[in-house]
Amino acid sequence: MSEASYTPLTRPKMAARVARDVEEGWYVNLGIGIPTLIADQVGDREVIFHSENGLLGMGPAPAPDKIDPWLINAGKQHVTLNKGGSFFHHADSFAMIRGGHLDLCVLGAFEVASNGDIANWATAVDDSAPAVGGAMDLAVGAARVWVVMEHLTKEGKPRLVKSCSYPLTALGVVQRIYTNLAVIDVTSRGFVLRETVPGLSLSDLQAITGAPLLVEENSHG
Amino acid sequence: MIDKFVRSIAEAIGAVADGATILVGGFGSVGQPNALIEGLIEQGAKNLTVVANNAGTGHTGLAKLMELGRVRRILCSFPRSAGSVVFEELYRAGKIELEIVPQGTLAERLRAAGAGIPAFFTPTAVGTRLAEGKEEREFDGRRYVMETALPGDLALIEAWRADRLGNLTYRESGRNFNPVMAMAGKVAVVQSQHIAEAGEIDPETIITPGIFVDRVVHLPYGDLAA
Repeated sequence: MSEASYTPLTRPKMAARVARDVEEGWYVNLGIGIPTLIADQVGDREVIFHSENGLLGMGPAPAPDKIDPWLINAGKQHVTLNKGGSFFHHADSFAMIRGGHLDLCVLGAFEVASNGDIANWATAVDDSAPAVGGAMDLAVGAARVWVVMEHLTKEGKPRLVKSCSYPLTALGVVQRIYTNLAVIDVTSRGFVLRETVPGLSLSDLQAITGAPLLVEENSHG
Repeated sequence: MIDKFVRSIAEAIGAVADGATILVGGFGSVGQPNALIEGLIEQGAKNLTVVANNAGTGHTGLAKLMELGRVRRILCSFPRSAGSVVFEELYRAGKIELEIVPQGTLAERLRAAGAGIPAFFTPTAVGTRLAEGKEEREFDGRRYVMETALPGDLALIEAWRADRLGNLTYRESGRNFNPVMAMAGKVAVVQSQHIAEAGEIDPETIITPGIFVDRVVHLPYGDLAA
């Protein structure tokens, strides 16, 4: 492996990269963590954000003196409601999710496999009391499921793998992965590299990716 | 004249048998009927099964009920959160049973119970450990698991506004699980921030029609969300 001559994206830049691909008019659910940061990066495109606990049209965090105790998001943070927003109960909220009405869900993950399997809710098979929340519903329900995560674990292990080692959240659902190093599509042939950060070679990226990275002739890195 | 208003929390809770299944509304602390949970603690029923999205925080409300050893089993989607110390300790010590339910499956199992649907098929959890032991079917080439309805003996609900007929409105994200739990409870009791005369709540805005509600206690601003 050659010496690193590239700069990994910061978390806000990862969010900004995802946000570039979010289209005007989409209904979008953002998972906890890096995905949450995407909302601030969509600019003046009209994108409607959904929160599992019964909000459409979720807006940014309020000023400290404008906090409304009744208005929280799925991460239990105080939020606001944009003009045209609405409230609904949990069964309707998950009908939106499971009924395929969301255009996009962006999730964080521990691992994604080259067949699109995702593991993002329990860190070990013997995890005593893991919390699944709405992750399994979102992963099977949204029209598009994208993952944004670091390319490697804190221990330096690949998060993009042939087969997930952590307990699965859903089978074969992830369509695209944005990491701090690259954008990768999940296709029927496996991972297809779409772009990398400047200065990072395919061979260096492959060395830290747990499954083959294909490159299509018309793509450019 | 129908009058579902009662004067006290104890009257609202009424008789609860040991071993009952209790549905507790709320998502985190928002829309959680804390005064009714306190009422259940006072009432004394034990060996309870509790259905709630979260497993309580700190040492009050749901956490207190568990700490007192009154909950045998809990069903929730997100038991572990900041401050869920009581649950985690009991769980580690093997003193409470846990059934993890994906949040949408939890909402739909409650809705199904309220709608007279004994079971349904969902793609959620297919191929994961939460589908282990569950019947699987294929429809149009896609895999689904069967989930069963989740009825309760008693539903504890927090509303924003209620009238004597039990018609309810909720406030913002305080709605969450409350409407489906009101449907799924054999008995649904409500603590409401405000009360209204019958006919005063615009029928177009009623979220839970009174048919799903048995008793209402008025607790004006007694229970603001954290």
